[in-house]
Amino acid sequence: METLEMLQAYWWLLISVLGAALVFLLFVQGGQSMLHCNVSENQRLLMVNSLGLKWELTFTTLVVFGGAFFASFPLFYSTSFGGAYWLWMLILLSFVVQAFSYEFRRKRGNIYGTRTYDLFLMFNGLFGCVLLGVAVGTMFFGGEFTVSKANILDVSAPVISNWAPTHGLEAIACWKNLLLGFTVFFLARTMASLYFINNIAGDDDLTTKMRRKVLINGLIFAVLFVAFLVVLLLQSGYRQFDGEFVVEPNIYLHNLLGMWWFSAILLVGVVLALYGIFRSAFDKKWNCGIWYAGIGAGLAVLVLFCIAGYGGTAYLPSITDPASSLTIANSSSSLFTLTVMSWVSVLIPFVLAYIAYVWAKMNARPMSEKELKADSHQY
Amino acid sequence: MNDLLGVVDWSRAQFALTAMYHWLFVPLTIGLSLIVAVMETIYVRTGLPRWKGITKFWMTLFGINFACGVATGLILEFEFGTNWSNYSWFVGDIFGAPLAIEGIVAFFMEATFVAVMFFGWNRVSKGFHLTSTWLTAIGVSLSALWILVANSWMQNPVGMKFDLAQMRNVMDNFWEVAFNPVPVNKFFHAVFSGWTLAGVFVIGVSCWLLWRKRNVEAAKSSLKIGTWVGLAGILLTLWTGHGSAVQVSKVQPMKLAAMEGLYRGSVGQDLVGVAVLKGEDSRTDEDPMLFSIDIPSGLSYLVYGESDRFIPGIRDLINGFTIDQNGDTVNTVSYADRIALGTKSREALARYGEAVKAGDTAAAAQAATDVEENFKYFGYSYLSSPEAAIPPVGMTFYSFRIMVMAGGYLLLLFVVLLFLSYRKTQYLEKPWLNWVGILSIAVVWICSQAGWIVAEVGRQPWVIQDLMPTNAAISDIPASSVQITFWIFAAIFTGLLIAEISIMLRYIAASSKNDIENPTH
Repeated sequence: METLEMLQAYWWLLISVLGAALVFLLFVQGGQSMLHCNVSENQRLLMVNSLGLKWELTFTTLVVFGGAFFASFPLFYSTSFGGAYWLWMLILLSFVVQAFSYEFRRKRGNIYGTRTYDLFLMFNGLFGCVLLGVAVGTMFFGGEFTVSKANILDVSAPVISNWAPTHGLEAIACWKNLLLGFTVFFLARTMASLYFINNIAGDDDLTTKMRRKVLINGLIFAVLFVAFLVVLLLQSGYRQFDGEFVVEPNIYLHNLLGMWWFSAILLVGVVLALYGIFRSAFDKKWNCGIWYAGIGAGLAVLVLFCIAGYGGTAYLPSITDPASSLTIANSSSSLFTLTVMSWVSVLIPFVLAYIAYVWAKMNARPMSEKELKADSHQY
Repeated sequence: MNDLLGVVDWSRAQFALTAMYHWLFVPLTIGLSLIVAVMETIYVRTGLPRWKGITKFWMTLFGINFACGVATGLILEFEFGTNWSNYSWFVGDIFGAPLAIEGIVAFFMEATFVAVMFFGWNRVSKGFHLTSTWLTAIGVSLSALWILVANSWMQNPVGMKFDLAQMRNVMDNFWEVAFNPVPVNKFFHAVFSGWTLAGVFVIGVSCWLLWRKRNVEAAKSSLKIGTWVGLAGILLTLWTGHGSAVQVSKVQPMKLAAMEGLYRGSVGQDLVGVAVLKGEDSRTDEDPMLFSIDIPSGLSYLVYGESDRFIPGIRDLINGFTIDQNGDTVNTVSYADRIALGTKSREALARYGEAVKAGDTAAAAQAATDVEENFKYFGYSYLSSPEAAIPPVGMTFYSFRIMVMAGGYLLLLFVVLLFLSYRKTQYLEKPWLNWVGILSIAVVWICSQAGWIVAEVGRQPWVIQDLMPTNAAISDIPASSVQITFWIFAAIFTGLLIAEISIMLRYIAASSKNDIENPTH
């Protein structure tokens, strides 16, 4: 394998890992969507403050996910963000209002009242998850765009990536993308319930409610995930051979079978996720489900990203013009930039280590009413 | 693309709007994180509870602004894709790297340790908490470093080459991109200006507390720290500002000419002190000012350290005078010729593509040579006329003057307050002085925003200096879509800014003596 190809594969793996981490951390959004679901005012306060310890981590992962995509696959950044304008703007908007809301919601003088900020959090909880799922869905089910680098020579119309006039609204209307979007949403809600069980102590009523929510949301997620998997494995896609794109039916099924280790990882991921979900739902003394389900979901997402991009598969197929489809080979940065970035990526284990250390320190004492009262800073 | 101009203008407006809102919060968090870290260090070293109270008071104000900075910053990163997609492709190979490094190196550090800062008082040891506060402050500045590396590269594109086959620019020297004198100067200038801004903020809020006779001792202690940090900040800002201006004279002489409203340069060029420009219709190259008070040979001296050097004006540059990398004025290619040569380069690139497609290697090699020969003028081929390369002179000129005058005022403020803090403490409780401190908050923010207007508006019409104008950098989206998102962001950011100010005012007003002097948590 050439050095450039190796680095492209390496960076796609890093993007996949970041994508998996992001989906795991979307439990914050899942939790926000549950703030007004049959919980008391005190319980809501516990939930918000429990999520408040982690919201920045999700937010930062989203930013780094975007930055890493920009640095390693700039043509995707240019094509998807510049084309599916409305889809990305709605996602960003939901995260913008989230970032203000934690800090502002209970501060005196916040003008619009706590309920407004909680609505913002719910808006981000629902739309953030669903629309991120839709955006990832375009990586399997395609987008209506063309890419022509020669356009840069046309002074009157120099843009190289052109998307359908609906600019991402058509992607939101696509049922396959929405299927993935709602799968992500219910996964996030399931994970949030598991997180609350793990992180909040001393409120048996809340824990009981959360175990019920794990079961309900977990079941809906499982059904949607199976449906998505079936749709995905039946989906056609493009594969690049010698620079030409060829339509291939069941391309993701072929990728799973051809790269069998991904099938094995997916299986392990699904088993871990289901174990975490169902044991948490029925074992009243067990609160570690978030780790099993989280790692399991992360592994499954990792595999989905990998089969989207590896093996010459077009990870952003163009419905309009197959030749415009993006692969990790035709959309990446140069060898020099990927090499520089790879040296920087050596720091990632250190970053993960201090995040894990701080997480453990901060979670050593679970969130409780007593703990909350002792805290001078509350959301 | 029939509404090309509309898209360009609205995309510029949206980016300016979001960037200006972002820059309301960022310098404050840069400086306030340092001030809070200093205060907590005093608390840990002395063990006095009042310093814990003072730290927490300012930390809460830091937290409110930090959240706003995070929220507004998200949009900026993604706007490069959503609104400037051509830019993302044409230079993404170079520009994306600092953004990704920022995320990996700095953003995770901030996000992780800021949670310890706010929620860790009862969860971790004193030492670990203090370390987290310092790491947050370092993370905030590291974040600024990589963003300013990216921004500086737009002012001075170096460390790259053009990839003919991909029709884009690629990085070939990371160290040159990251650590040439332009980003180094810009980083320190921005960070020190953050110290200045936060210093004035602390002074202003402390003055309010003194005026209302609340938490008087805590306010005086805070005021001292704010004044020291602010004084250090403004002195270093002036020093790095001078360095930045010297760099501008070398790599963006057109921006320098606009900053000075200088159309015809001369040997021993005067520095414009106070002046009013004539209206655009009546302004001539020879006589652009309604009136002006100048410092003789000042500009030549500031740029070169010698009073008998030539500084080119806007018209000189258009006609072909410029300053080379050694700082020497040379007669070079006029802008009209640059447009012609850039067009040749662009046409050669088209020929290259056709030759490659036809398998004609000889023609491809010839075309490649033609592209490279004039590639440094490639960006000029998108300009309709030489005059299109002139930035908005009025806005750049006045913003520069506002920045400099406000900076001078702030230096005076810090010196006076420092003197009073140690020698004439009774004056600190005089209402007139308190109001000077409070109103200075507005001055420092105007100064900070004006600085960025000089940097960004002065670069126009280029998104990347001399390489890509804004009209070639955009996305293929209707102007109406950008108009809608512009107004959505304007409404949301304005609404939330009002709420933020209201929260801060209520918080400051509600702080009773016990909150600060004797913290219960």
